[in-house]
Amino acid sequence: MTLMRDRTLLIIFTLFVLAAPLIFAPTGAAYPDLLQRFAIYGIFAIGFNILFGLTGYLSFGHAAFLGVGSYAAVWMFKLLSMNILPALLLSVLIAGLFSLVVGYISLRRSGIYFSILTLALAQMSYVLAYSVLTPLTNGETGLQLRLDDPRILDAAGPEGFLPSTNLFGLEMREVFWSPTVFGYDLQFNWGYYVSAVMLILSFWISIRIFRSPFGLMLRAIKTNQTRLKYTGVSTRPYTLAAFVISGMFAGLAGGLLASMDPLAGAERMQWTVGGEVVLMVVLGGMGTLIGPVLGAVFIKYFENIFSKINDSVLQGWFAFMPGWLDNFFVTIVSPFVGKGWGLTLGALFMIVVIFLPGGLVDGAKRIGRKITGADRRAAKVESK
Amino acid sequence: MSRLIMNRRGLLKTGAAVGAGMAMPTVLTAGGHGYANAPTGSTVTLGFNVPQSGPYADEGADELRAYYLAVKHLNGEGDGGMMNTFSSKELQGTGILGRKVEYVTGDTQTKSDAARASAQSMIQKDGAVMITGGSSSGVAVAVQALCQEAGIIFMAGLTHSNDTTGKDKKANGFRHFFNSYMSGAALAPVLENAYGNDRVAYHLTADYNWGWTTQESVQAATEAKGWTTVANVLTPLTATDFSSYIAPVLNSGADVLVLNHYGGNMINSLTSAVQFGLRDKLVNDKNFEIVVPLYSRLMARGAGENVKGIYGSTNWHWSLQDEGSKAFVQSFGEEYGFPPSQAAHTVYCQTLLYADACERAGTHQPCAVVEALEGFDFDGLGNGPTHYRAEDHQCFKDVLVVRGKENPTSEFDLLEIVEVTPRAQVEYPADHPMFAGGALGNCNNG
Repeated sequence: MTLMRDRTLLIIFTLFVLAAPLIFAPTGAAYPDLLQRFAIYGIFAIGFNILFGLTGYLSFGHAAFLGVGSYAAVWMFKLLSMNILPALLLSVLIAGLFSLVVGYISLRRSGIYFSILTLALAQMSYVLAYSVLTPLTNGETGLQLRLDDPRILDAAGPEGFLPSTNLFGLEMREVFWSPTVFGYDLQFNWGYYVSAVMLILSFWISIRIFRSPFGLMLRAIKTNQTRLKYTGVSTRPYTLAAFVISGMFAGLAGGLLASMDPLAGAERMQWTVGGEVVLMVVLGGMGTLIGPVLGAVFIKYFENIFSKINDSVLQGWFAFMPGWLDNFFVTIVSPFVGKGWGLTLGALFMIVVIFLPGGLVDGAKRIGRKITGADRRAAKVESK
Repeated sequence: MSRLIMNRRGLLKTGAAVGAGMAMPTVLTAGGHGYANAPTGSTVTLGFNVPQSGPYADEGADELRAYYLAVKHLNGEGDGGMMNTFSSKELQGTGILGRKVEYVTGDTQTKSDAARASAQSMIQKDGAVMITGGSSSGVAVAVQALCQEAGIIFMAGLTHSNDTTGKDKKANGFRHFFNSYMSGAALAPVLENAYGNDRVAYHLTADYNWGWTTQESVQAATEAKGWTTVANVLTPLTATDFSSYIAPVLNSGADVLVLNHYGGNMINSLTSAVQFGLRDKLVNDKNFEIVVPLYSRLMARGAGENVKGIYGSTNWHWSLQDEGSKAFVQSFGEEYGFPPSQAAHTVYCQTLLYADACERAGTHQPCAVVEALEGFDFDGLGNGPTHYRAEDHQCFKDVLVVRGKENPTSEFDLLEIVEVTPRAQVEYPADHPMFAGGALGNCNNG
């Protein structure tokens, strides 16, 4: 039964992800850069969920692995080749090694102490990247490609132009098909589909981990670690493995970010990014399979679409009203959009946490039960 | 079991929808225009990418006001502002090349990542043909590189680091604002006159690219006048309490403190330096002095009383009395009720300069616009005769040395102009070592 359901879920998920340029068209989010971000932060959140959702260890430091992955990828672009494959491999590897070190140190404690340790280590990496390690990270400006980078495996391109990142010739920023469907100009972009395939793979791996004995062990740690210890199970190797796996996911996401847009900045390591992924997972539904991806899409949508609604856009929305009413509505709505996008997101986050403790997935389930009448039937059974 | 059926049904529905979508007749929209985001209708879209949250949100808000004003003037509304005083008379208030100017805005959050995401959405979604804005050098450099790759023109806003038109310069990017080197070159003679040529300087520097280039520039310029530098202490950007950095200054033998800080950093470090009584001290038989290389009105307001008598440099100030500045201050004041900041001024100029370049080139095509801007000489935009240098896309114009006013008459009247340093004095060769290491590359049409 579970196997069947997982398979269906994976197939539906795959279809959705592959059709995203079409599905998101009416929401105004169907342009390559944002779709790429949806997929990449989805991977980041999926990985984070393996640690946080299964073991309950709340890490605030995963931004560091995202950043390390990005730096590793950009260095590969600079030194080796613009092909994203070696870059992604290195970013996963480096992030894995780095998370092994961070995990080894911070997993000596649990609960709030663990969170604080990861936060401190991530903030240390941020400060290092921002100024101390400038030769390696280019500090505040961020690590960028240059015309005179060696790129030893690549043939020389046209003079005075930077080559673009590619996967065996498929350029990440190229839109390979741009049809008009239902009046929407769609953009099908290689970069998005590379990220999408990675997202589907990550989702599949996450399903496998959730259903494996290893996943069961992680859940046991979350439920009652003390009891596990009394029965003679050493939990450290399990939590460390989960930590490193989620760190590698973060590294992959960082590498992909750099592949889509070859720049790695220190603020990618800032604690706010680490906090954002926590929000994504909690908002979507921690410990659920699909929740983290939903949360990632939700937050990135707000950040990129809501923040761009300015007063003149609002005027356009309410233009059908008489002048005074129009101005009234614009005045009422404008603090919550544009520069106030964070305010709206915060309010929504509170509503979700208070009324839907299981996140958006919980909300969807409740609606589903309302529609199918499962609630009433359950109530009937109870009353009998 | 019912759940499984639901899923199957959902699956079928999804499949059918996707199939229908794919089967729809398709029309290719891209290609055929020769450059990225070529405007086709009766409007042209510009992207205003400024910090609306984070430490520089105030500056971002003022930049946006100026952009709105510029769009109004370009479209022939309002009094025309500096379009009337601009030496090039191509702009007629009919938009750009006869197309009405529209705009989209975005929040950079003063983070390179967010700024690039925002710029990407303007390019990919809104079809912006030019991106402008930024209120920190890191962001400006990041967005400039993105625009270079995407084949879009970038008109930098408030960015003061040497790197923007130095080692990180790009063919599609242009900067009207002045830079660290010019600050140093303009300040040094004024400081020499005011404080003598045997001063001993102590630098506190924000620990990131802008701080370093500013420190390097000021140190080089003042040492050329005979000053010595005893120490340069780097402070973390996130520092808010500077008292532990101020105490050692007193025992260092220095008699001038240079604060290479900007924004909130500068407000905090200056305030604690003044509270420690540094300015009342006598060192080496001279009055202890403080210098702030880059001033902004918004910072001066934050630091309040403490800026009185302290020297610094700015790109422009609303109290200038040339025709361009007066026209700009008047139309900005009428619109918003207070005078514009230097950030507002520079982005207003950039928007006009871009529009004018398009008119002169007869197209929005990036390479043609680049050609029109390179080596362009103009006047009437508030800074006197100005030159856009072809080698690094940096504007050369007079630099203002200002001082905190002793008796401000309003909350906007905080700085007074001490000297307008002529352009010749702040010019440098394009291959100056502080700017070396980069290449413009070729312009990119996308």
